[in-house]
Formats: sequence, C-alpha cells, structure tokens
Amino acid sequence: MKRIDHSEASSKFIKAKDHLDFHDKRLWDLRKKRDRESEHLPEWEELRTLASAIKEHTLTHLADYLEEFERNAIANGAHVHWAMDAAEHNQIVLDIMRSRGARTLVKAKSMLTDECDMRPFLENRGIEVMETDLGERIQQLDDEPPSHIVVPAVHKLRGDVARVFSETIGTDPKNSDVHYLAESQRQHTRPYFLKADAGMTGANFAVAETGSIVVCTNEGNADLSVNLPRLYIASVGIEKIIPRIEHLGVFVRMLSRSALGSPITQLTSHFRAPRDGTEMHIVLVDNGRSGRLGMADFWYSLKCIRCGACMNTCPVYRRSGGLSYGATYSGPIGVIIDPTFNLRKYSSLPFASTLNGSCTSVCPVRINIHEQIYKWRQIIAERHQLPFVKQEAMRVAGKVLSSPKLYRAAVETAGTGIEHLPRFMMYSRLNAWGRQRDVPAAPQLTFRQWYLKNRGKR
Amino acid sequence: MKAALFIPCYVDAFFPEVGIATLELLERLGVDVVYPLDQTCCGQPMGNSGCQEDAAATEALFVRNFAGFDYIVTPSGSCTHHVRENLTAIAQTTAVTKVRRSTYELVEFVHDVLKVREFPWAEFPHAVGLHNGCASLRALRTARMSEIEEPFFSKPLDLLSGVKGITFVTPERPDECCGFGGTFSVFEEPVSARMGYDKVTDHRKAGAEYIVSADMSCLMHQKGCAERLGLPLKFIHIAQILNGARE
Repeated sequence: MKRIDHSEASSKFIKAKDHLDFHDKRLWDLRKKRDRESEHLPEWEELRTLASAIKEHTLTHLADYLEEFERNAIANGAHVHWAMDAAEHNQIVLDIMRSRGARTLVKAKSMLTDECDMRPFLENRGIEVMETDLGERIQQLDDEPPSHIVVPAVHKLRGDVARVFSETIGTDPKNSDVHYLAESQRQHTRPYFLKADAGMTGANFAVAETGSIVVCTNEGNADLSVNLPRLYIASVGIEKIIPRIEHLGVFVRMLSRSALGSPITQLTSHFRAPRDGTEMHIVLVDNGRSGRLGMADFWYSLKCIRCGACMNTCPVYRRSGGLSYGATYSGPIGVIIDPTFNLRKYSSLPFASTLNGSCTSVCPVRINIHEQIYKWRQIIAERHQLPFVKQEAMRVAGKVLSSPKLYRAAVETAGTGIEHLPRFMMYSRLNAWGRQRDVPAAPQLTFRQWYLKNRGKR
Repeated sequence: MKAALFIPCYVDAFFPEVGIATLELLERLGVDVVYPLDQTCCGQPMGNSGCQEDAAATEALFVRNFAGFDYIVTPSGSCTHHVRENLTAIAQTTAVTKVRRSTYELVEFVHDVLKVREFPWAEFPHAVGLHNGCASLRALRTARMSEIEEPFFSKPLDLLSGVKGITFVTPERPDECCGFGGTFSVFEEPVSARMGYDKVTDHRKAGAEYIVSADMSCLMHQKGCAERLGLPLKFIHIAQILNGARE
C-alpha cells in the first residue's frame, strides 16, 4: 500500500490561498471560543482530570463494562451484536437490513462507519445510504471523505458547496447563500427520512449502567434517523463505554465546549429501547481497539471522545487540511491512531507535527498526544519505515555530532556559505530550507573559536 | 557558583553572538562559567526523528562533557527539554540522570536559580514581540500557555521587565507555534514556511520592531521567513537584551 506523503498533499492545500486562509481562521475561531468557554468554568482543569480518570478506569475494566452494557441493552429490548473488525461490522449491518427487507438507510454522523468503509460496502450491495448531517452530506455528494471529525466539510468555502449542490441536488449554481444552501439540503433530505426503512447513528457515549446510547448533535438529524424508520442500528466503538449515567455530566460539559466552543450541543439524545413495533440494534465494534488497548505507549489514545479540539488548535492541521492525512482520522489524534491501522501507509503522519504540545493541553481527557507522536517516530525508525533520505541524514548527523573532531571540521570553515554546510545541518530535501526562507549568514568565527580567542583555554 | 555552559550546535555555528551574550550575562551575574571544549549537540535532531540508535553516541558525549556539574546552562528551551525529558537513547546511569536533572534553560536558570530580576546595564528602547518557543512554554513551563486555565505568569517577561525602555506588543496568536520544529522545517517545508510567514506577519501587524525569544532556532526560521517576505523585523535572543545589547 502506498505511503501517504503528507508534505506533498499539504503543499497542494496551501496553494489554494483563499481556502487555506478561511480554514485556518475558522478553526482558530473554534479554538478561541473553546478558550472562552473553559475560562468560564473555574473547575475546567479539574474536569479534565476527572474525565481522564473515568476513561482510564473504564478502559482498564472494559470487558466488565461491555458485558454490563450488553445485559442492560438486551433487558431494554435491544439486540446486541459484536463485530471483531470492519468487515464483520459491515456484514452485520447488511444482514440486519436484508433480513428485514430494508433497502434505504438514513444515517447520522459516525466516524466509525467511515473507519469501516461502510457506505461503499452497502451501496455496492443495493442499499441506498443517505448521510443526513449537513457536512457529511456535502462530503457524500462530493465523493470525498470528511476532512474533520466534527465539521466534515470545513475545508470547503460556500462557493464550493454551491457547486456541489448545483451538480447533485439541483440548486442554483450562482446562489451561495448559506441559508439557501442549508434549506435546500433540508428539503432534499426530508422525504428520505419519511421513506427510509432503517436509521443509523454512531454513539458519543454508551452507558453500561442503563444500556443506552447517547448521541450529541446540533441538527436534529440523528433523532429523525432514529425515530422515523422502524429499524434503528447504532454502531458503537467499544471504547465509547462509560460506567454510569452520572459520569455523563462530566463529558457532556466538556464535549461541545472543546469541539465548537458552545456550552452544549443542541440535542443530547438518549436512545435506550426500541419504540413499540420497531427494532433497535447495537453493533459493538473492536476493529483494532483491543489491540491498541494492549499497547503500553498508546492505549491512552482510546480515551478520545472525538471532540476535535486537538485538530482545531493544531497549527499543522489548520494549514494542511484533513484530507492531506489520507486517513479516516486526521490531525493530532489521527496521527497517533492511524499507524495502528497500517504503520507503513501512515508512517509520515507522526512527522506532520512540530511537537508543540498544544493538542495535549486542550485535550479534555488529557491524552498525551504529542508524547505519543514522539514515541511513534521511534517505532517508525526502528521498523525502518523512515524515508531513505531522512534515515541517511540522521545516520550522518549521529556520526558527525558524536565526534568533536568531525563536528568542528564541519562548522569551523571561516565564512562558510550555506552551500558548504554539511548535510546534517540543512538535511537537504533538495535544500528545502531555502525554497521559501532566506538562509542564515555564517559568521567568521564559531562560538568555540571566539571563546578560545577571547577566554583562552581553561 | 559554578556552572557549565552548553552552546547548542546551531548557535555555535550560526549565532556565536548569542553564545557570547549568554556567557557574558552569566559572568556579570557572578557565575563561574566553564565551557567544556569537546561539546557538540544534545542529540535532539536524531531523537526528534525517532532515531534513538543514531542519537546514542551524541547523548553519551553530551553526558561525558557535562557530568560532574551541578548546573548546566544553555540558551535553548528545546535542547533543555530534550536533555531533561528525552535523553533516553543511552543507559540511564547515575551520571546520566544527574546531567539530565542539572540542565537549565537560561531564563529559568536566571529566574529560578539565581533569582535575579534587575539588569541595570540593560536598556532596549524598542517595541518587541515576545516569542516563547513551544518547548519553553509547554514543556519547561516558563510562561502561562493560552490553552490552560491558570493564573498568568511569564518568566521571560519577569526578566525583560528589568530592562529599561522596552515595550511589548501583543500579537493576535501569542503562543501559536512558529513552525520550525527541527527537521520538520525541511521535511514538512510547505506547512513550516507558511506557519513562519503567519507568525512574523502577526508580530509585524502588532507593531513589533523586534521578535525576542529564548529559542534561537525558532528565530532562525522566523528570520528566514521575514527576510523572504521583506518584512522590516529584527530578531534578537533574550540573552542579548539582558546582557545590555541596544540593538
């Protein structure tokens, strides 16, 4: 499988200046709103600690809580399915639908179904799938994956949406008024809610104590997807479990504040049992999660509540766009999760970071994101997945910098022009330093030479 | 008090004036400064690239050079961070852990160890934008970061407040990373350069004549960006201002 070249992809993103400016500003605005919300809660840092502790406890007792959840969900009248991987998940969903004669699925936002590549799987087998979240729908109509886990089409300008909608749902190509576009999508989607045979949501939380699914949304589309069709399927990653309903208060207070800088989502819906005459199915999905749970350096990533705060604050993400990561999960959280799916394919992603640590500081569940990025780099180097030029540069750098003699020979050429600099100082990816930056002028003397001249040997 | 001076490789090679200012400042403050002559680098370039094997010999050399000192001082937040948190490519002997514990970034050494706040010889009548490198800010915690709910504090500002005539400008995104990131600056060149452009433009818009920082590597990158953009910005290390540089 081809390696993702994040740098190359980001350079394309950066060339579209209007898009880049908007993308950076829009996400930075979310970060600022998040700051304002957290400032209003004196207990914010304490909440982060509490949220982290609840997740840590749950993950270290995961099997027990999953079984408790299953018992309670079944007692509520739901069907519970277990999927080892994406293929099993997709097959389970297909089987449920086929056995009930269901052909149309309206679905709310779910990163897990993207992770499982569910939509193309179902569509290729005759199921019509309608994304009902506005951003996800835009992306579906444009045949692109979401670029952000909370705001899937944030990389598009309204003119782009006008183009996509005019080509697909027949809006006026010249009208890029946001309300017009949103209303057009709403009118287009309504009939599907009414005719759909099945509805689907992901889960923000699954409460073991009650066996219920909690979904936090702003558009009401999840509630329509669940409450209109006669069949409801929830796809749930096994790390979404929280033990008690009382714990929800901690997470609900943090989720939307971290994600969008709003105190709470418009809707926090609890789906506990099927309505009379309908069915509710819950698919609990592993797809690599239990493997991740066993990784000493990386299991903390499973605490993630998918708020996207790390993406909004990430200066690299804001300037390269989610699609440049070539993976379901982008930004800092993606960088530490994606390699667990395919180390080679995603080996450039942990290097798409300056290790600035802002992600770690905004994370509502205190995932040590930038430390995990650092650790992934070691694993990638150990498994010989570094690009050859970097591997060589580091080998040479290690040799030169560990020898005072070689080091001095490299830096002590008086009036060294940059062209004479040793590889290890400029690394040389076709001299990438100088492409958009001026190079520092080399001084006549190094500090050491000055020191010997002015302070003498001590 | 006796302290060893560590001058990072890029400062040694490109910015000897920053090393000189650091040495002179420490001497002014009464420190008996020793400069071990066989020093090179702390191992960070290899370590940050994941290449522990390639970092090992350089880290071992660093420890050989600086073992036995109670204080090792360096004008670099990111090197201090590497030594303190990430110098792990070699066996963690007593000598190694002592060196790691004893390494200080210049601002924190002057602020926390020497506890000096007055720099009567220093005067800098310019509008400056303060750039806290990410390692200084978020790892060494030398200042409040905007992500965290905590009372304001800033060790570099505490020190610079003892300089006559200096004024500060406030950029819109004071602690956004400038995009240097070590090897990131060349292997992720498009994003790195764009981040640098945004950073220097933000400071310039806020009215900065100078950008001052405790991290020369950030400044090397920002300077390259400002020059390419043709922005009339100057760059200076905090050691130079505290040591009495006028411009």
